[in-house]
Amino acid sequence: MSKQLYLSSSPHIHSGDSTSKVMRAVLYSLLPACAVAVYFFGPAALTVLLIATLGCLATEVVCQRLMGQPVTIADGSAAITGVLLALNLPPSSPWWLTLLGAVIAIAIGKQVYGGLGSNPFNPALVARVVLLISFPVQMTTWSSPTPFGSGLDLVTTATPLGEWKNAVMLTGQMPPELQSGMADYFLGNMAGCIGEVSALALLLGAGYLFYKRILTWHIPATFVGTVVLFSSVFWLVNPDKYPNPLFHLLTGGLVLGAFYMATDMVTTPVSTKGMLFFGVGCGVLTVLIRLFGGYPEGVSFAILLMNAATPLIDRYSRPKTFGTSRQGVRS
Amino acid sequence: MKLKTFTGGIHPPDNKQWSSHKAIEDCPLPAEFVVPMAQHIGAPAVASVEVGQSVSKGQEIGSAKGFVSVPVHAPTSGEVVAVESRPHPWGTSLPAVVIKPDGEDCWSTDLQPGDPGSLTVDEIVEKVRLAGVVGMGGAAFPAHVKMSPPPEKKISTLIFNGVECEPYLTADHRMMLEEPERILQGVALLQYVFGAERVVIGIEANKPDAIALLEKECAGAPVEILSLQVKYPQGAEKQLIAAVTGREVPSGGLPMDIGVAVHNISTAAAVADAVLFGRPLIERVCTVTGPAIREPKNLRIRIGTPLSHLVEVCGGLTEDPGKIVLGGPMMGFTQLDFDVPATRGTSGLLLLRDEDVDRQEEGPCIRCSRCVQACPMHLLPTTIAAYSRRDLLAEASEYCAMDCIECGCCSYVCPATIPLVQAIRYGKAAILAKKRSS
Repeated sequence: MSKQLYLSSSPHIHSGDSTSKVMRAVLYSLLPACAVAVYFFGPAALTVLLIATLGCLATEVVCQRLMGQPVTIADGSAAITGVLLALNLPPSSPWWLTLLGAVIAIAIGKQVYGGLGSNPFNPALVARVVLLISFPVQMTTWSSPTPFGSGLDLVTTATPLGEWKNAVMLTGQMPPELQSGMADYFLGNMAGCIGEVSALALLLGAGYLFYKRILTWHIPATFVGTVVLFSSVFWLVNPDKYPNPLFHLLTGGLVLGAFYMATDMVTTPVSTKGMLFFGVGCGVLTVLIRLFGGYPEGVSFAILLMNAATPLIDRYSRPKTFGTSRQGVRS
Repeated sequence: MKLKTFTGGIHPPDNKQWSSHKAIEDCPLPAEFVVPMAQHIGAPAVASVEVGQSVSKGQEIGSAKGFVSVPVHAPTSGEVVAVESRPHPWGTSLPAVVIKPDGEDCWSTDLQPGDPGSLTVDEIVEKVRLAGVVGMGGAAFPAHVKMSPPPEKKISTLIFNGVECEPYLTADHRMMLEEPERILQGVALLQYVFGAERVVIGIEANKPDAIALLEKECAGAPVEILSLQVKYPQGAEKQLIAAVTGREVPSGGLPMDIGVAVHNISTAAAVADAVLFGRPLIERVCTVTGPAIREPKNLRIRIGTPLSHLVEVCGGLTEDPGKIVLGGPMMGFTQLDFDVPATRGTSGLLLLRDEDVDRQEEGPCIRCSRCVQACPMHLLPTTIAAYSRRDLLAEASEYCAMDCIECGCCSYVCPATIPLVQAIRYGKAAILAKKRSS
């Protein structure tokens, strides 16, 4: 025969899916949230998005060059980290804070562990938490949303969760008006991180990922479900002090966290059972930190703590091998 | 109604439309047959003829050596022109008998038809052994061995595999449509041999015509036709048993441990030939298909027909192929060229173009867990593959590497195109080698 033939081990066909296709779909799914953010927070949000994304891509290139490895920014994973990081920052973040976050996310959150697939913690969350602890003032300076055409400048304000926490600390009671703006919370008309404000936009993107079968229900459903159930218990015991489950659901980073941060494939368990454990763990920790911790928001810490538990969960949630009565282990 | 199936698995495009409507054609005799002595699992046969000797169709030309072994027969009448090592589909040169046909194609006079009414179970099994019948699904395990379970292993359920879940292949489908009588004769014989209470023919729901026809043919007979969900690897023995009986073959065990025996429907037809007509297994139906062949066909081929002849009969190639695959695309073996012969296990010859061959470079595992969801054995393919690649055999084995059935689902779905099943296969071989040496 005239040319070289291809010899290989079976199978000889492939689904045609690739890592970069998966990453691209995740990027597309984040577009509605980005659009809503730019609508409510204007050029400030756009600047943060651009600096974070370009910063992550640049850091990835620099790290890989320094380590003499092939540059793999085309796979899209660094871009996702950038967008997710931006969505986890306040719209008023100064440029240096955003850039520092991007460098931390890629260099410390990802490349020191060996790059894509090897990092134990969600890189964007590592950066967010480092920034939150190091620069608490900048990281908790929130702007009220000023939709395009409203003619208003960004005004500093508190997030609903922050307001609640302050009120409870000062008076032991939560202000009743906090629980009346659910529609605004759902659409995104509230103060908060760029990406956590609009549950609607995030759910739209998540729907697309479900449709593409990139997202499965296991982690988001158990995460959100646990938060709702667990927070209901407190609310029913003392509705004056503890916010209702819907407030928990729509304010703060729960939707962003449950659908986009806690579902990061690399840092979560691989088995179905493991994912369920993971989601429940995230939910319990989120409510505990929100209600009893020092920070008003607990999603980031909850996810990072569960990331740390992932190897352990993987170890004890192996599927039952076909034809054995025990998990994995064969006599 | 929800169709029965197993958990896990994948849905690759089945691509059966190329050949599923093509009636089985008799493949004309080639200029030369190369009949390998090794074409079943177990000890290869040993050539029992000499160069220059003339042989008749169906005459034994290789004798079985050992219990797990079967004889080999002449595919046509003619002259033995060589007894030597020739290129074999397994990738090396192996002993073969080369026969130049005389064109008469006359049967050996030694072959005696049998009267099933007067035969004992042992006599039937012996006839099947002498006829060289092996599993026709591709694994080619000698049928008589499967038909002789130890007396304490009572077979209560007998399953016939008409699933044909490999994409592209349509040989079994055409067999069911065109030769249901032969199949059902074999089914009845095997039911008699095993004394099974329940007899099921499992067929994937994408062959509604075959299901309808066999249901009609089996009306009144104690044979159940079971329509199964279209999913790969529905035709894998353990998955088929799980779908039909709801029970799992124990790890490291055999179907007979839970009272089940599985035979391919084409094996049943070969058993009927052997017992009723005394005819040895010298031919089979093979699907020649794929985007690089001019005219896809279902051919009745003689064992030992060179692949080049099959290509010729199907109108040649439309372009240089990117891959030559013997068997289906999920579990078949690639070949370097068309010089090797078809064996008893050759259920298909698949010609893929360059563009059908995925040459994406391997990337790092992103732990997307698709392989875990797809694995029909409920393993963690990515974990086992990672251990195997680092020669951490104890760990690989602890994660049940030996339970892998090598169906390839994990590699098929992996977005990072990691050759998972290849790595696991390596790990399995290394574990076995270590066990043997210790």
